Amino acid sequence: MRRLLTSDQPRTVLDSRLALDPQVALRPEPFGALAYHYGNRKLIFLKHPDVVRVVQHLDGAHTLAETLTACDVDETRWPSFERALTALTESEMLHEHRIEHQVAPG
Amino acid sequence: MDDTPAATLDDAATTHVAEDTSDELLEDELLVEEISIDGMCGVY
Amino acid sequence: MSTASNTKSHLVEQLKEGLDAPICLTWELTYACNLECVHCLSSSGRRDPRELTTDEAKAVLDELHDLQVFYINIGGGEPMIRRDFFELLEYSIDRGIGVKFSTNGAFIDAAKAKRLAAMNYLDIQISLDGTDAVTNDAVRGEGSYDTAIQAMNHLRDAGFGEFKISVVVTRHNVDQLDDFKALADSFGAQLRITRLRPSGRGADSWHELHPTQAQQRQIYDWLVAHGDNVLTGDSFFHLNALGEEPLPGLNMCGAGRVVCLIDPIGDVYACPFVIHDEFKAGSVRDEGGFAQVWKHSDLFAELREPQSAGACASCGSYDACQGGCMAAKFFVGIPLDGPDPECVDGYGEAAMLEASADTTPRPMMDHSKPVRVTKPERVPVTIGRR
Repeated sequence: MRRLLTSDQPRTVLDSRLALDPQVALRPEPFGALAYHYGNRKLIFLKHPDVVRVVQHLDGAHTLAETLTACDVDETRWPSFERALTALTESEMLHEHRIEHQVAPG
Repeated sequence: MDDTPAATLDDAATTHVAEDTSDELLEDELLVEEISIDGMCGVY
Repeated sequence: MSTASNTKSHLVEQLKEGLDAPICLTWELTYACNLECVHCLSSSGRRDPRELTTDEAKAVLDELHDLQVFYINIGGGEPMIRRDFFELLEYSIDRGIGVKFSTNGAFIDAAKAKRLAAMNYLDIQISLDGTDAVTNDAVRGEGSYDTAIQAMNHLRDAGFGEFKISVVVTRHNVDQLDDFKALADSFGAQLRITRLRPSGRGADSWHELHPTQAQQRQIYDWLVAHGDNVLTGDSFFHLNALGEEPLPGLNMCGAGRVVCLIDPIGDVYACPFVIHDEFKAGSVRDEGGFAQVWKHSDLFAELREPQSAGACASCGSYDACQGGCMAAKFFVGIPLDGPDPECVDGYGEAAMLEASADTTPRPMMDHSKPVRVTKPERVPVTIGRR
């Protein structure tokens, strides 16, 4: 069912349409990945390949819930992913897209 | 008051998570961790 | 142990095996320096005629770009002495490698400060070892306090934004930690305190300058109470056994695993505190360049093997302190699988008594100037020629 989008805040991070900030470099590693934000110098270890996959799938258009489903993440693990992606957003590694503001790339 | 099958299934799913993967993932796993770029020993 | 520390220590165990590329690294651009700090880890003073050329330096930066190294810490000597300093800075940033450079501030005038303020992805670290000229200059030389403060003034006036003030903690400035914090706050700067290692010229002065056991406790307690916004370069993880909660950082030796040093003549060492053949992995001038050394050198392969806890294996503190710092042990003559010289349980003291003066390694690559003039005010250190 399509929801009419308004400029209200999403109720949870699961409803957010997140995308990787263009100032972030994502470097895959055996344990997962390193994410480095060139603007604020934050370095974050993504400690499992699944969270890397999810981050790589974020396109700013689909909600996190849709992305987790598309990446075959079991719903029982969603709370961990919500916490992780919230932390990434708070570190400015990810930002939210609003449908009515199409942010130009770069 | 209904003892729905869905509730029972959820409980079963929860107890099986711990045995899920060889990485010992638990429901309260920390998937990300921030370290300062200055937080590695051996640099200026 | 909580889930959080389970997953953290699992990650750290993986990092100890090394990565395909460093996360960040230190690059000393020159051994030339206008100062002659008593504890200089690179024994700097005179330029080495074999210094990397501008083109060689750019080739290294190209390699670091390809390896996806995020960030480099540039130092020396005094890196701003190099004529191509800004050229290399801009080249690095253009290649997508963030830069922090460490400087004594002598070459930051108003014009340079403006130029630096206009640059992106750049951090500056001003070295300072005392909150007054007497304390600072005893270690860094007469006038060096004023020079550093002046550089900070220029950066502030030019609107550079948040720079770092970096302090090597010694016996004589431990009581000034609050004052250092206040100084940093007054400039809107970030304070960084780091551990003194017996490296370079530090080998001569370490025994008189390093913090006492009681002062170690003071440093640890201060970091726990006030260290929220204070950087440490993770150099105090050897003190973790003093408390329940480890200090922020990876709490492991990063040498050859996640970090390394490139020296002014292109030699690659495990870290800046072990400039010695024993810890030399190769040269960027070798076939295959830096990448070859990082990925395939014998030394780094060895460091990425599980390290023996040796004498510390049965100690309850080992999990917290990891046996401390390789460089600190090496240059006081303690075996690498022995205790850290500043072991909080006191095992280092005993180990140092056993170390023989004959077999204790001497620093190599001494670029100190031939005549050293020091003014030992509060520091009772005798410095002679090597």
